[in-house]
Amino acid sequence: MEDGTRKSGDLWSGIALAALGVYIIVQAWQWEYSSPEGPGPGFFPLWYGIGMLALAALLVVSHLRGAAVYGKPADWKRIARALSAWLALAVSVALFKILGFVASFALLTYFIVAVMYRRPVRTAAISAFATAAGFYLVFELALGMSLPSGMLGF
Amino acid sequence: MDILSGLLNGFAVALAPANLLWCFVGVFLGTVVGVLPGLGPPATIAMLLPLTFSMNPAGAIIMLAGIYYGAKYGGSTTSILMNVPGESASVVTCIDGYQMARKGRAGAALGIAAIASFVAGTVGVLGLMLVAPPLAKFALSFSSPEYFALMSLGLALVVLLAGRSIVKALLAALFGLWIASIGTDLFSTNSRFTFGRMELLSGIDFIVVAIGVFALGEVLGNMEAREETQLLEVPKGLRNLLPTWQDLKDCRFAFANGSVIGFLVGTLPGGGSTIASFLSYGLEKAVSRRRDQFGTGVIEGVAAPEGANNSETGGALVPLLTLGIPGSGTTAILLAALVLWGFKPGPLFIPEHPDLFWGLVASMYIGNVMLLVLNLPLVPLFAQVLRMPVYLLYPLILGVSLVGVYSASGSLFDLGLLMVFGLLGYLMRKLDYPAAPLILGLALGSGMERALRQSLMMSQGELSILVSRPISAVMLSLAVVILLIPLFGKLNAWRLRALES
Repeated sequence: MEDGTRKSGDLWSGIALAALGVYIIVQAWQWEYSSPEGPGPGFFPLWYGIGMLALAALLVVSHLRGAAVYGKPADWKRIARALSAWLALAVSVALFKILGFVASFALLTYFIVAVMYRRPVRTAAISAFATAAGFYLVFELALGMSLPSGMLGF
Repeated sequence: MDILSGLLNGFAVALAPANLLWCFVGVFLGTVVGVLPGLGPPATIAMLLPLTFSMNPAGAIIMLAGIYYGAKYGGSTTSILMNVPGESASVVTCIDGYQMARKGRAGAALGIAAIASFVAGTVGVLGLMLVAPPLAKFALSFSSPEYFALMSLGLALVVLLAGRSIVKALLAALFGLWIASIGTDLFSTNSRFTFGRMELLSGIDFIVVAIGVFALGEVLGNMEAREETQLLEVPKGLRNLLPTWQDLKDCRFAFANGSVIGFLVGTLPGGGSTIASFLSYGLEKAVSRRRDQFGTGVIEGVAAPEGANNSETGGALVPLLTLGIPGSGTTAILLAALVLWGFKPGPLFIPEHPDLFWGLVASMYIGNVMLLVLNLPLVPLFAQVLRMPVYLLYPLILGVSLVGVYSASGSLFDLGLLMVFGLLGYLMRKLDYPAAPLILGLALGSGMERALRQSLMMSQGELSILVSRPISAVMLSLAVVILLIPLFGKLNAWRLRALES
């Protein structure tokens, strides 16, 4: 079952890369391939697009023919943890425009400490405040770098 | 004589107080990064790269190089005390280092790792100093076809050694070439693959991809698990960290073996310190009189790989600085750093910027001495870094990554791209796609396309120019042979065994 998951990863990544290869070829086809001065902007992308399509097709075909699969089998619980961390990070970046870096980053840290690592609320709140304040003090005040600011002005 | 005067000039640069400070900052950060499992040199260098834009280039390259070789010293600490490699090159140190620690000889293992790193690291810099200038002189005769062939050969070697599946490694390299094509074509001013977004007209910043794929991908991968590993006790006091005379005597061949193998493997694109450390461990075991005891806590089993992974640094800088060809993810980021500061690594780099080259070489001698001092008596202090809870460490890495990207461009769009590449880096790890070919494809992509197009302009469209010149013909033939290796059963079995081990 888990081995099958890994194999389906190869299949879907192969299909996605084949689609990207087709997109590259279609785009490159619309640009000049060659001119009297030499190769045009479509020349190089066309060839690596063809290479990508061929290799991705090979990956898909090897999957369908049941080729050997390397690496550890997938553990969906662990993957879900990593993806939830990524989602939290993406949401905090999306909030930069509204809340600014400091507040969004404090929320992200709180989520990681309290939800992902199941530490007490007090520990999470102190960690969130300390890291966000630390970033503000070091980067914005000490190094003079500008961090994304939100509607609150910081 | 040129070398001697260059080196003296280099020491004048490296001993300037500011550069000395940056050298110390680099090796110190490198040691900390090496100690921390889950945060490697490419991720750290990528994260800190934006902060170097306002620095003097000599200080900046001295600091980034310090992180690169400093991490290799620190990497052994966790291998020995936790059986967890601080970075990939220290994997093999776990085998005998952890066994020594379990038998109460952690101090001797940590000490010999630092001494072997110092000896071999210094030999590696010596090699860099002696080999780079003549190689650069030879490469002055290269023109566009030779450069295209050289970049193809470098990419082929990285693809061969980067992953178990050569198809996936090639796909990763082609993906890197595609990212490099995004933006405005400098020959024709056509915009390519911009999806109608103005922000993409100037292309995708190398830093965004490097931080996303290496730093975020690595942190997300580490956040999969909640548990933390147990640390063995660190011996206190310098006396307990020094190996005995017998230990040093036993390691004589290991020092030489690590130094030579590390440097030679380093000069090959795609070689890398992990392969260097495995090869020198294998050789040490093969020639040892007590080969049957390897794996049970033999001191040469620590000295040989630790030496090799440090000597490899000097070797890896040879093709980077003389030919502009990086051989690994870390050197690809160093290449991007040099380009971003306005330099062009290649045959003219040493004659045009002698202060920078010789300053870097001299700083590496000084940095190795600093590292020996830092890593012998202060190992217990660095080991304390491991007590930092991961629930604090990971938000800090994520924060530095976000600030690094934002400070480089001031663009929230780039932060959005960072999220995309972070997810891509994580998925590549999960699906067993190696990251090094992608980063190399990205770093070499525009140069490869330029060299190919210039070659075809020189020959009025005749592809035969690539094979009619002897040097490019040899290099392209080698690249083809390398990519065909998986088709030969025995050779591919050897490649897979090396990667599996």
